[in-house]
Amino acid sequence: MLHEPSEQSGPDNASEKKAKLGVIMFFIYTIVYAGFVFIGLSKPELMGLKSLGGLNIAILYGFGLIALAIIMGFIYNYFCTKLEDKMNNNEPQK
Amino acid sequence: MIYEVSNTAIIIFLFIVGLVLGLSFYFARKTKSAENYFAAGGKIHWAVNGIAFAGDYLSAASFLGICGMIAYSGYDGFLYSIGYLAGWVVALFLVAEPLKKLGKYTFTDALDARFNSKYIKLTASLSTLIVSIFYLIPQMVGAGDLVVPLLGLPHWMGVVIVGSIVIFIVATAGMTSTTYVQFIKGALLVIFSTILTIYILQNGLNLNPSDNYHKFAQTEAIVTSDTIVNVSDPSYLVKATKVVDKMVFVKLEKNGSDCWYKLNTKDGKSTLDEMVDITVTSEGEKLYNGAPQSEKKFYQVGHLSKIIVDGKEVDKSGPLGPFEFLKTIENSEIVRFSKKTFTDGNNKITVWYQNITKGNDVVRPGLLYKLTKAVGATFWDKLNFLSLMLALFLGTSALPHILIRYYTVSSPRAARKSTIVAIAAIGFFYVLTLYMGLGSMINGVIDVESSNMSAPLLAKSFGVGIFSIISAIAFATVLGTVSGLIVASSGAIAHDFIDKFLQVKMTDKAKVKAGKISAICVGLFAILLGIFFKGMNVSFLVGLAFAVAASANLPAILFLLFWKKTTAKGIASSIIVGIVSSIGLILFSPTMYDKFGLPPHTAPIPLDNPGIISIPLAVITIVVVSLLTQKDNATKNFTK
Repeated sequence: MLHEPSEQSGPDNASEKKAKLGVIMFFIYTIVYAGFVFIGLSKPELMGLKSLGGLNIAILYGFGLIALAIIMGFIYNYFCTKLEDKMNNNEPQK
Repeated sequence: MIYEVSNTAIIIFLFIVGLVLGLSFYFARKTKSAENYFAAGGKIHWAVNGIAFAGDYLSAASFLGICGMIAYSGYDGFLYSIGYLAGWVVALFLVAEPLKKLGKYTFTDALDARFNSKYIKLTASLSTLIVSIFYLIPQMVGAGDLVVPLLGLPHWMGVVIVGSIVIFIVATAGMTSTTYVQFIKGALLVIFSTILTIYILQNGLNLNPSDNYHKFAQTEAIVTSDTIVNVSDPSYLVKATKVVDKMVFVKLEKNGSDCWYKLNTKDGKSTLDEMVDITVTSEGEKLYNGAPQSEKKFYQVGHLSKIIVDGKEVDKSGPLGPFEFLKTIENSEIVRFSKKTFTDGNNKITVWYQNITKGNDVVRPGLLYKLTKAVGATFWDKLNFLSLMLALFLGTSALPHILIRYYTVSSPRAARKSTIVAIAAIGFFYVLTLYMGLGSMINGVIDVESSNMSAPLLAKSFGVGIFSIISAIAFATVLGTVSGLIVASSGAIAHDFIDKFLQVKMTDKAKVKAGKISAICVGLFAILLGIFFKGMNVSFLVGLAFAVAASANLPAILFLLFWKKTTAKGIASSIIVGIVSSIGLILFSPTMYDKFGLPPHTAPIPLDNPGIISIPLAVITIVVVSLLTQKDNATKNFTK
């Protein structure tokens, strides 16, 4: 009840494209995440198999999911900022 | 467990908690003079705001709960880290910007922006209240757990202390957990967890966790039939034998005190191995390893039984790199302490037996969530795993107190950037949870009575200083999260329910008073729940809060944003179905049956995580009801 936006932003011409990009990236991540859950359910023994650098699939996939979320976050931000600058005729911001 | 209390620990703890409280009051007073309490939010740099997000999100569940669960059950605890972080992806890509664009202040307002519906106001405020209370329980349990080893106080007192401080803060100063306080806490938590992880890696793996680690006794057993066991060592006297789930437990007397041992047979040789046990006598007396608590015969546990480095068995590994640490654990053998309960005459016995576990099984899923046929995984076990992963993935972006944070930043761009900083900080922290959890598992620090204290107790094994700082940060985190949740709950009652739904005409002053009274009531309720749920893993409890949020709120949010045919009645009924089905499933789950004192296997629904049933039910409800009530939308204009 005490949270209020400090400034109302103007119309955002890029919002539709950003939303589309968001949905696409969401589905990409969901597929990778679902892959992890699927291995856990159907072939759990695969999780214990050694892979790159002697680490097992469970560790690699788990760390990979965390890293992927961070990387995709940066990619999403990069494209959204570009779209906003282009479609709202903004000066590129820091 | 009984702990030695250190004065240094108390001083450092009080100093840090005092500092955080002082900062809270300082910022609260400063912002009070401003026209708008949260206007300051817009001036905050997105990077600071991002770490503040992390401070907000990394509650007791993340630090205490996940580490504790990893310490008990290996990789299965890390599933929570993966799921909690993945939830942010949903928040960033789908929910954050569109929801912020609705330009409202609370979750209820946002849901109701297009409809102005009484049904939505009522159901959304109810769901905010219920999810917040579910989230409050683990915070309070965690607070209680923290004060036991730190201040030497009983669990209930910790719950009461946190509850009272928070009620006092919220009822006097309003929402004190400002962005800067959350920023400091978030940053300190990540920094000190990194330091703790460096300690763990430097320490490496060691067969003897510390000089004063208990040496578990083993004696040769003579087995004459499946249940008749004798001991060759004459200093022991066999007093009772119990068979529980095909395991044989034997009560032995030595030097006048009784202890329980487990019969193990390997290579044709039978031995009795010492366990840790708690006996509750018919008179209600609690005996720890056969003696009253004050005799301190109960100890912290968890060690390695075999360490393999480069194919050779060694006593200790020396310092290890982050990947070497995991690889060495994978090749080694760990002694976990698994719980069993049974009765001996009128006495209720709980034992934790030495469960030698291959390292390979520790660093992959399966110890908590049974997944392979080899360990007897059933359909329900697999469904439980799927349900947990689904609820964690969909829960974050449905938590009212997280959604609210999107309205505190200046622009969608700043919101997006701070979310990414949050994801990076939280992601890094979650990687550390694996090291802190495994570190606790092998360094003889586990308190079998409470998994939540594993990480702080691990810190204690490295020194009182780092233990006190880490405990204080954890405690301050609980304070911040609890005040945020109580404000969110009181907002749901005073703003959404009394003001908007009941349309009670109130002056501003009366509205604030209503909010404060609601805060006090919610706070008192949270204290009672915190005491009732003592001993449960806080991350498991938060997992349930996620399931309720994902069932009640997420279908409503996503359909509102992405399906034009959604109606107000569709949203309201989906929230109700989500709440009722998820809570109903939780109440009839094996874990809750255990909590009620009933045998877990008699629970009507053999599922601990309700999401897999309740989320689809809520989705079906919103679709069906919306389609049936299309004529409601025909009279509204949704051009915006």
